Amino acid sequence: MSNQIERFEDPGLPEHIHRNADADPLAEKRAEKQVAILFLLSALGTVLTIASYIFMKSDQYVYFPVMGSTNVQQLFIGLGLTLATLCIGLGAIQWAKKLMPDQEVIAERHEFRSEEVDREELVATFHDRAGQAGIGRRPLIKRTLGLAVGLVGLSPLVLLRDTGPLPGKFFETTNWAAGTRLVLDPAGTPIKPEDLEVGAVAQVLPELPAGTPRTLENIGKDAVLLIRLRPEDFNLDPERLSWTYQGIIAFSKICTHMGCAVALYEQQTHHLLCPCHQSTFDVTRAAKVIFGPAARPLPQLALMVNADGYLTAKQPFSVPVGPSFWERNSANG
Amino acid sequence: MKKSQKIGGSVANYVDERTGAAKWVKKNLNKVFPDHWSFMLGEICLYSFIILLLSGTFLTFWFDPSQRDVVYNGAYAPLSGVSMSAAYASTLHISFDVRGGLLMRQIHHWAALIFMVAIVVHLFRVFFTGAFRKPREFNWLIGIGLLTFGIVEGFLGYSLPDDLLSGTGIRIAEAILQAIPVVGSYLAFFAFGGPFPGTAFIPRIYMVHILLLPGLFLALITIHLMLVWYQKHTQYPGPGRTEKNVVGYPLMPVYMAKAGGFFFIVFGVTAFLGAVASINPIWLYGPYTPGQISAGSQPDWYMGWLDGLVRMSPPLETHAFGHTISWNILLPGLILPGILFTGMALYPFIESWISGDKREHHLLDRPRNAPNRTALGAMSIAFMIISLANGGNDVIATHFHLTINGIMWFTRFGLFIVPPIVFLITKRICLSLQRADRDLVLHGRETGRLVMMPNGEMIEVHEQISDAKKWTLTQHQSADALPAPLPESAKLGIKGKLRARMNQANAVQVPAATVTEFKELGEGHH
Repeated sequence: MSNQIERFEDPGLPEHIHRNADADPLAEKRAEKQVAILFLLSALGTVLTIASYIFMKSDQYVYFPVMGSTNVQQLFIGLGLTLATLCIGLGAIQWAKKLMPDQEVIAERHEFRSEEVDREELVATFHDRAGQAGIGRRPLIKRTLGLAVGLVGLSPLVLLRDTGPLPGKFFETTNWAAGTRLVLDPAGTPIKPEDLEVGAVAQVLPELPAGTPRTLENIGKDAVLLIRLRPEDFNLDPERLSWTYQGIIAFSKICTHMGCAVALYEQQTHHLLCPCHQSTFDVTRAAKVIFGPAARPLPQLALMVNADGYLTAKQPFSVPVGPSFWERNSANG
Repeated sequence: MKKSQKIGGSVANYVDERTGAAKWVKKNLNKVFPDHWSFMLGEICLYSFIILLLSGTFLTFWFDPSQRDVVYNGAYAPLSGVSMSAAYASTLHISFDVRGGLLMRQIHHWAALIFMVAIVVHLFRVFFTGAFRKPREFNWLIGIGLLTFGIVEGFLGYSLPDDLLSGTGIRIAEAILQAIPVVGSYLAFFAFGGPFPGTAFIPRIYMVHILLLPGLFLALITIHLMLVWYQKHTQYPGPGRTEKNVVGYPLMPVYMAKAGGFFFIVFGVTAFLGAVASINPIWLYGPYTPGQISAGSQPDWYMGWLDGLVRMSPPLETHAFGHTISWNILLPGLILPGILFTGMALYPFIESWISGDKREHHLLDRPRNAPNRTALGAMSIAFMIISLANGGNDVIATHFHLTINGIMWFTRFGLFIVPPIVFLITKRICLSLQRADRDLVLHGRETGRLVMMPNGEMIEVHEQISDAKKWTLTQHQSADALPAPLPESAKLGIKGKLRARMNQANAVQVPAATVTEFKELGEGHH
């Protein structure tokens, strides 16, 4: 091998190959017609859009395979718009490809870096002007300016304070208290143990004092899932077992991971699954997490039956419900 | 002179006397744009953004961004008499009572998906061809900004209707805020104006969705395009194309017609999807209430990978000193995406630091000629696909009769195992392709013609490839294209050693064929 390695060289831009329409007047005419037809189709599309808007009925539906039940007017307005826009585009591109010059041209690039003399002049001018302002010589001004500018940014932060109240104990409390009756969601009727068959699930909320509205904010913390198992299916410690009633067990429905409603109950395995991130809880073991990203079991609500035979809460939730927050003391679960 | 020409002339004169625009316009009518299908990806982003502005403006005429309670009694009978938020009711109104309203909603949603797909694929193109290299680092950073804001904008957009599915998404966003150490509960209360869901959130994100972020997009897109204009477009290597020139079609008329026409094609395709392909049928989900949920809850795809990461996260929480830190939310929801996006933003600077290459690059790399970069890109894509797959694990499980647990365990391990394997395979493929290029230049193209020699030997006739093709396949290693070698020094720190290692890895290349070798092989005939 010699040191002089000969490399391939740039042969330069290839010669221009003429298209049909460049040489053949008939082909040129044909291309012209194609473009014109596309533009005419577009005009037709706009007519279709306007006609569908004015003359079609708004409430007519037709079933198409794959698409399903479809509103005819929306469909035809859309198809008209499709035709109107697509054909302008196709026409313009056909025009460019067939009839406009297709010879590539070369342009030179320029260097971005400024001329050395300009750069030097800039630096000199900058230092000169900075010197005129005297920022280097006047540290008192420099520092106080820094302080002022730094502080002025605080105002918007302070002004944003009123975007919401402080959380207080909101995340730690619910409307469940000792003796609160369980009512069905959304019917609002109280429930007796015999209303629930083995294997059944019900969503319940705490009964609110008359006149208190049921807000979404409350539901987001109060929602409870009631499940009836055969008592022998439980695998609970004595305290937790005493929180159940004749096989009925109650858990917060709000996922301890990110607050979704834990709504999927698998009757055979007694598993509760959160559809958001698939955290899975074992109902027989006090909603212990057996799979997924949740780190804590669903809080269990202690149940009893009141004098009238209705299911009621024995006590409030022993731990905060829902997802974690900084102030949450998770020492006891 | 025709009358139209006369009017045009006097308008142009009027404008030029007041702005002096003639000189600039004259120069730029000749501006040259290189032609390649992959350069249309950025155009799709721009055009779908315009479609989003148009269709979004239409939707604002009817949408009522309010969470006050109303009782619905519109055209959609199944929800008649149901109590819901005004936001949800007005979305139903747009879908069922406004002519063309459903179409516009669907165009808007499809355009958003196309916008995000186009951004991501455009990013792939820019990454794999090395278009981010000097002098285009600013545009890379702006692009990462647009991608990030695009994800947020899309999420806020599909949250606005306040249906059961999107409300669940907002619930998750609230949980992420709530999980931030020290200030989380306060942030959540400030963002929602009190407890979740409250009545403040939809009006607030509406303002962000239709004013703040679109304004930001407009500003960033303008700078992005001005830089493309000023720096001139990159071009693929080939005969006649050098680092000093740009080869293509002039702005007027060819590029104007093509780009303008392409806008209408993107619009047409989006309109077609909006017309025939139902998307986000919110009337099927019902209004939001925190106590309910629909199975198979899925975010849009550009959020799906984040959701997938959250799903596969191990159940980690720290409980100490009366406080709780949710690593199962913070790690996949904030920390990991933060690291990934920061790494992506810094990539051009990291690459140039490793190679020591500070020169301008206007000729694009063929991905095979930068095996490590290409392998890194493929590895990242593998990472995203695995996360995204886990984001749809419930849907995949029901469709393919798999268990969610099985998919989850597969992706938990796969996330760490598959990307490195993809890296290695991609790198080997790149090197093999380099070898194939070399063979093609030296030995020519296989013609499939078999010839029997006088001695009975059968050979296949190879045909020399054109000079233009030879140049395209070998230009990347012309003398000045290789990065400067690192200074030899005995005292390299850890950073220096790391850099040297990576620089060495980059140097593993199949040498491009040369004329010298070609001649040694007897002009390629054999």
